Amino acid sequence: MINNSLKQLGAMLASKQISSVEMTTEFLDRIDQHNPDINAYIALDRERTLAQAAAADARIAAGTAEPLTGIPIAQKDIFVAKGWQTTCGSRMLESFIGPYDAGVIERFDAAGAVNLGKTNMDEFAMGSSNETSYFGCVKNPWDRSRVPGGSSGGSAAAVAARLCAAATGTDTGGSIRQPASLCGFSGLKPTYGLVSRYGMIAFASSLDQAGPMAKSCEDMALMMNVMTGFDARDSTSLQRDKEDYTRGLPAMTGDKPLAGLRVGLPREFFADGLNAQVGSVVQAAIDEYCKLGAEIVSISLPNTRLSIPVYYVLAPAEASSNLSRYDGVRYGHRAPEYTDLMDMYCKSRAQGFGAEVKRRILIGTYVLSAGYYDAYYLKAQQIRRLIADDFAAAFTQCDVIMGPTAPGTAFRSGEKADDPVAMYLEDLYTIAVNLAGLPGMSIPAGFAEVEGKALPVGLQVIGNYFDEARMLDIGHAYQQVTDWHTRMPEGV
Amino acid sequence: MSLSISDIKRIATLARIEVSDSEAEVTLHKLSGILGLIEEMQAVDTTGIVPMSHSQDVTQRLRPDLVTKTDQRALFQSIAPAVEDGLYLVPKVIE
Repeated sequence: MINNSLKQLGAMLASKQISSVEMTTEFLDRIDQHNPDINAYIALDRERTLAQAAAADARIAAGTAEPLTGIPIAQKDIFVAKGWQTTCGSRMLESFIGPYDAGVIERFDAAGAVNLGKTNMDEFAMGSSNETSYFGCVKNPWDRSRVPGGSSGGSAAAVAARLCAAATGTDTGGSIRQPASLCGFSGLKPTYGLVSRYGMIAFASSLDQAGPMAKSCEDMALMMNVMTGFDARDSTSLQRDKEDYTRGLPAMTGDKPLAGLRVGLPREFFADGLNAQVGSVVQAAIDEYCKLGAEIVSISLPNTRLSIPVYYVLAPAEASSNLSRYDGVRYGHRAPEYTDLMDMYCKSRAQGFGAEVKRRILIGTYVLSAGYYDAYYLKAQQIRRLIADDFAAAFTQCDVIMGPTAPGTAFRSGEKADDPVAMYLEDLYTIAVNLAGLPGMSIPAGFAEVEGKALPVGLQVIGNYFDEARMLDIGHAYQQVTDWHTRMPEGV
Repeated sequence: MSLSISDIKRIATLARIEVSDSEAEVTLHKLSGILGLIEEMQAVDTTGIVPMSHSQDVTQRLRPDLVTKTDQRALFQSIAPAVEDGLYLVPKVIE
């Protein structure tokens, strides 16, 4: 059962072959067994979870079930959920109990999905390895000496080890796609503005976007149907007609379902910095796409390299502003001892935040400080436009862009923890997509042999704005003729 | 541009984060590396380019001027570090 698709799990529930309480219990038991080692979950609440499963069973019995009713989904601990401990991976929020539900949580609740627990993450989503979490590292289920990627590392390990049916993540610079690549499953960052940011703890507001992390594109399409939609409480939420993201999937069969599809390969994504083994796995996936009817077009995204400096101005600048709310007054950590109000702020924040979060707040404070705005923030916003223009030009020549998701496979815990700049380069191929606000997806494309272990490699698919349904079709077509997405790590 | 220890102390004060002398040394080293990365931007000529803040051409929405929130003070204060009589407690700021 644990390797079944969401559609198959839904059919099992509809036919009364299994109840949601039984299905949820099986996942909770698996979590009890494996989580002490993998550390994918920060918060579990068996009673609350099973009450939701029982309510789902009643709804199934009443005949009002929706596709995800009764299915256990893990929620990244960045989403505020009423009555749930919500920490965002930080000591600052260790004792924070959600007083309301995030838009994403509300939508899953309304669909009848079961909240299985809150997953581990890099502190305030700042990291690419899950090593900045106050609640400890997460282990990559494929090789437990390695990182799962980040920041959605807990959700990633939970999906890979089948400790949930599917999970949610958020992606500011690659935090859904890079862990999807390193842990061998499917992850999608939608167009900026499609999924509500209400109640999603803010990191860099102009880049943050939530999306599904699941075993297949079909599963992600079902989750997108639940997650997307306008929310007046998010000032950047886009007002658009409701879409059915599963609508094109049935047509993805036959000899050449992708005949005529123009796939752009950016030269900059296959240059220096890409691991050779990862490059050949990605090339093999592209060859498979040619068999499905796709045509290859060589394109250029000349400002790719600049996306990293631009991101490391914009994201810390926005973070320094967003994280100023943690002052130890209304909620969150307050230092036990202080002399006056200023000292209370400074000590509470020094104790509540970890090293990487402090670094980013300091960078952000610096680039926004008097006299530096034009040289840093404004300059970065201008180059951001150049990066978006690169994509716009590319999409006149092709329908989707493909390439590697991450430059390498999962690295060893501790390997890059002491070198922020090396860690930042992990997101070389993903960050530009956030800066442009485009949708990006990673799907399993195979494995690279590293020191005797087979480690997953992801293929990144970048689409034009609002092209998620087509991207999911394209991923689904590949998943009809390959079985990488069904592979599971040993020992789980 | 290169940073000094006194810059780090000044930024940390602006950011309301206490930084000890030994932490400031480490932070200086790490931040200098990150700023070195950021400096790559300065080689680009951006004269006349309109800064981009949102990928879509959107404007701020307005909402009707109606009361939409209910009083949840007790709930919100249940997770506060220190409250009394419905007020948040902080160290004395006015003599």
